[in-house]
Amino acid sequence: MVNLEIDFNGLILRNPVLTASGTFGYGEEFKDFVNLNALGGFIVKGTTLNPRQGNPYPRMAETPKGMLNAVGLQNKGIDEFCNSIYPRIKVYNKNIIVNVSGSNIDEYVECAARINELETIPAIELNISCPNVKQGGMAFGTSCPSAKQVVKEVRKVYKKHLMVKLSPNVTDIVAIAQAVEEEGADSVSLINTLLGMAIDINTQKPKLSTITGGLSGPAIKPVALRMVWQVSKAVKIPICGLGGIMNAGDAIEFMLAGASCVQIGTANFINPSVTTEIINGIYEYCSSKGISDINDIIGKI
Amino acid sequence: MHKYIHDLRVVNKKRINPDYYILELTYSDTLADMFPGQFVEIKVENAPNTFLRRPISIYDVDYDNNILKLLIQIVGEGTNILSYVEPYDYVNLVYPLGNSFSMPENNRILLVGGGCGMAPLLYTAHYFSDFGYTPSILLGAKNNLGIIEPEEFEKYGELHICTEDGSDGTEGYVTQHKLFESPELFDKVYVCGPEPMMKAVAKWTVKHNIHCEVSLENLMACGIGACLCCVQETVNGNLCVCTEGPVFNVKDLLW
Repeated sequence: MVNLEIDFNGLILRNPVLTASGTFGYGEEFKDFVNLNALGGFIVKGTTLNPRQGNPYPRMAETPKGMLNAVGLQNKGIDEFCNSIYPRIKVYNKNIIVNVSGSNIDEYVECAARINELETIPAIELNISCPNVKQGGMAFGTSCPSAKQVVKEVRKVYKKHLMVKLSPNVTDIVAIAQAVEEEGADSVSLINTLLGMAIDINTQKPKLSTITGGLSGPAIKPVALRMVWQVSKAVKIPICGLGGIMNAGDAIEFMLAGASCVQIGTANFINPSVTTEIINGIYEYCSSKGISDINDIIGKI
Repeated sequence: MHKYIHDLRVVNKKRINPDYYILELTYSDTLADMFPGQFVEIKVENAPNTFLRRPISIYDVDYDNNILKLLIQIVGEGTNILSYVEPYDYVNLVYPLGNSFSMPENNRILLVGGGCGMAPLLYTAHYFSDFGYTPSILLGAKNNLGIIEPEEFEKYGELHICTEDGSDGTEGYVTQHKLFESPELFDKVYVCGPEPMMKAVAKWTVKHNIHCEVSLENLMACGIGACLCCVQETVNGNLCVCTEGPVFNVKDLLW
């Protein structure tokens, strides 16, 4: 027997495998492929106070070992989430986490306050790192004062587990992580996408309607891993690691680098059953190495 | 409708010409129910620059022999490398995906396919034929090499062909075909092909108050409504082509 359960600063995960916001819909899109209840948890699509149509098409470009997206937080808004989506999906897993975004601090705060009232949602992931919106999003996550300010205000109204998702598009991600820790974040997740672009040489135009977008997939994994390792040495709160995880081996790398749990993102697009395979793979890895508790490998590097 | 992720065995690969090939695939169990207009997401192995699956229309389903057929045009590395699979190889599919063309109410139906867009129309004609309908089918391409398996289409309807260079059938674009002089013959038109062609046909149907459905092929990542990359602007906002489509009533599009 191998113990895969993680106490993620009060959030009890049956295993360290969660899914990344924006790559797993509301979970239900994957119910034909995954036993949703077997996941450590899942993080639903970035939700904002008001409905958003997102950016114009084209929003996606395939790149070597990855993809760019510029979806721009298309979602139906907090009312629709609370009134119709939440009642429908809450049975799927006890750790359904809502990714919260906003154009200004008031929007973040109001959205977080609404989710605080949802009985079976144990945590939010505060998205201060979306690179695809004109206002807010990444702007909050790229300077220490603004990151501190938004976390401080949300902390006042949000009483459950507050995870903050960090942007890699900064000079020093460690400083941002320490700043949000000081304001009472319960954990951090990193990394969000790296800002990138791609050009179609035939039309001589950008491949994305927004010109730039967020790069995800295995192409960013070494960068993500390095940042998880750096942050893990500098903060006391636990880390949820993500960025290009495609298989169990990748997930284990993140845990060795200091992540207590991981999120699977872009890999869900290529293999909708990948999360199940990763959970099984982590179990097999531990068995074959004689590791009886997954907690023993966290931060070994 | 239940979606699956399965390894399907290649039974046959038919090279039509330098640009097109057909994969005939079988599954170890009975194939799932599939509807005309639906598609699969196929994984391409050993293609270093092909990261995502490739969305491919269902070209035909032969339930008697448990075979799913895909017509694939070589447009880049992924579809090229996939053309090297051989019988007894396996390919991984996520399927069946998307909505489907609506059923006809009578024989006053026209199927218009352009280029690789003719792919979903073979299964559509086949399916309609199984329900006793005989569609008119118009296939258009740049030249005769682009008219794929006309003998298959002929099994299920009355086939008309046009090519831009006149190397097969009538010379010109599909909308220049004589069928377009007789809007009174049709109640429903089903279209798949390049966007300018679909827009031209859609415009004609709107003018003559004919019901028209088009199948879109927006760039796509997941195919199951999670990534929100393939959206189409509609009267109901941005909708995912992979789940709300690929088939849309032209009245819902902002064309």
